[in-house]
Amino acid sequence: MAMYQEIIKNGLWKQNTGVVQLLGLCPTLAVTTSAVNGMSLGLATAFVMALSNGAVSPIRRFVPDEIRVPVFILVIATLVTVTDLVIHASSKSLYDALGIFIPLIVTNCIVLARVESFAAKNSTIPSMLDGFSMGFGLSLVLALLGGIREFVGKGTFLSGLDLVFGTAAKQIMFILPDYHGFLLAILPPGAFIGLGFLIAGRNWFEIRKKKLALVTTAAIKPADAH
Amino acid sequence: MPKVMLTHALKTASLLIVFSIAGTWLLAFIYATTLAPIAKSEEEARLSLFRQIVEDSMHDNDLLKDTIKVGPNELLGNKEPIEINRAKINNKPAAVILEAIAPDGYSGNIKLLIAIRADGTVSGVRVLEHKETPGLGDYIDILHGNWIKQFDNESLEKTTLQMWRVKKDDGKFDYMAGATITPRAIVKAVSRALQYFQINKTKLFADSVVQ
Repeated sequence: MAMYQEIIKNGLWKQNTGVVQLLGLCPTLAVTTSAVNGMSLGLATAFVMALSNGAVSPIRRFVPDEIRVPVFILVIATLVTVTDLVIHASSKSLYDALGIFIPLIVTNCIVLARVESFAAKNSTIPSMLDGFSMGFGLSLVLALLGGIREFVGKGTFLSGLDLVFGTAAKQIMFILPDYHGFLLAILPPGAFIGLGFLIAGRNWFEIRKKKLALVTTAAIKPADAH
Repeated sequence: MPKVMLTHALKTASLLIVFSIAGTWLLAFIYATTLAPIAKSEEEARLSLFRQIVEDSMHDNDLLKDTIKVGPNELLGNKEPIEINRAKINNKPAAVILEAIAPDGYSGNIKLLIAIRADGTVSGVRVLEHKETPGLGDYIDILHGNWIKQFDNESLEKTTLQMWRVKKDDGKFDYMAGATITPRAIVKAVSRALQYFQINKTKLFADSVVQ
């Protein structure tokens, strides 16, 4: 159980692919023009990562080291294409929103990185959990970054939700009235700047936590001396 | 030693082949099962787009099936043959739906879907594809504003070719300050498509009863 907790913690915070490992910057920067786009691609990635980790783990003993990478890539590419086709067939509107980004998942090196560093060494269930929590951690970063860029750039929040959940979701969208937009945030530089702020924020939080821990231990120590 | 190496190489190679075959088979299977639903949803999407610019009362034929192929044409901006959909009532021409390309957008081609009634008036225009700056030039998209609707009911008779320009160039059409290149390209493309229709009208409906 402790292992599962550790896996989830790693994926969401300690080893977060978006702001700590800084892997998979291609979708992070390209797709995060809105919270919905970011979240959707993140979840699709999480889905593929859980599947690819789950598929590689059982076959890891049969795959010799030399052809490990081609086999893993083959598995990932197949799964991504399957996901692409299934989404296209089941929900046209979701496909319109995500269509061009799904093939990008193949190029995302975190998928291969997790297969290589986790699934190739662990059993199936923990591997799937690892894939999913790593992907989910990325989703959170993408959604946050997308939300910030969308809000600062266009003055809206959660626009395009209706593309994913049907027209009923259109009411949920939030629009800042009389806001003329700040184009920079929507353009590519906005992605770099926004991501920079997110990384800085996380680092600030971690350092503060360490400092606090240091202060409390320092405060306890004299008490111990008595 | 070489023999061991050879068997090892053969073993790994055949394993890789087995994986490739399994992957290919899986893909082929999924592709075959999703082919029909995908084609259907594409068709539905196209039809719902058509419905935005051609009213249901304007035709009684199957818009998707009634097409005519036309070759590359300068007025439409297409470099490859395209299919033009035709709307008819009692087999009489009612409208055409054609794709036109505005090659002079701010960044790359802008692909338009234009419906023109048989009398030469515009029934509706929609932007299919564009790469204009988000938040600046993208008001041409119906998702970002009603700008594109000002072409509704326009025609070459109503507005002389001289006036098919944005207001900044002493024309008739609105634009938004800061993004003039984009609307300029679209106004031009729509007027060219109308010219195309004027010239080719009889050809486009050659096989139906023309009044």
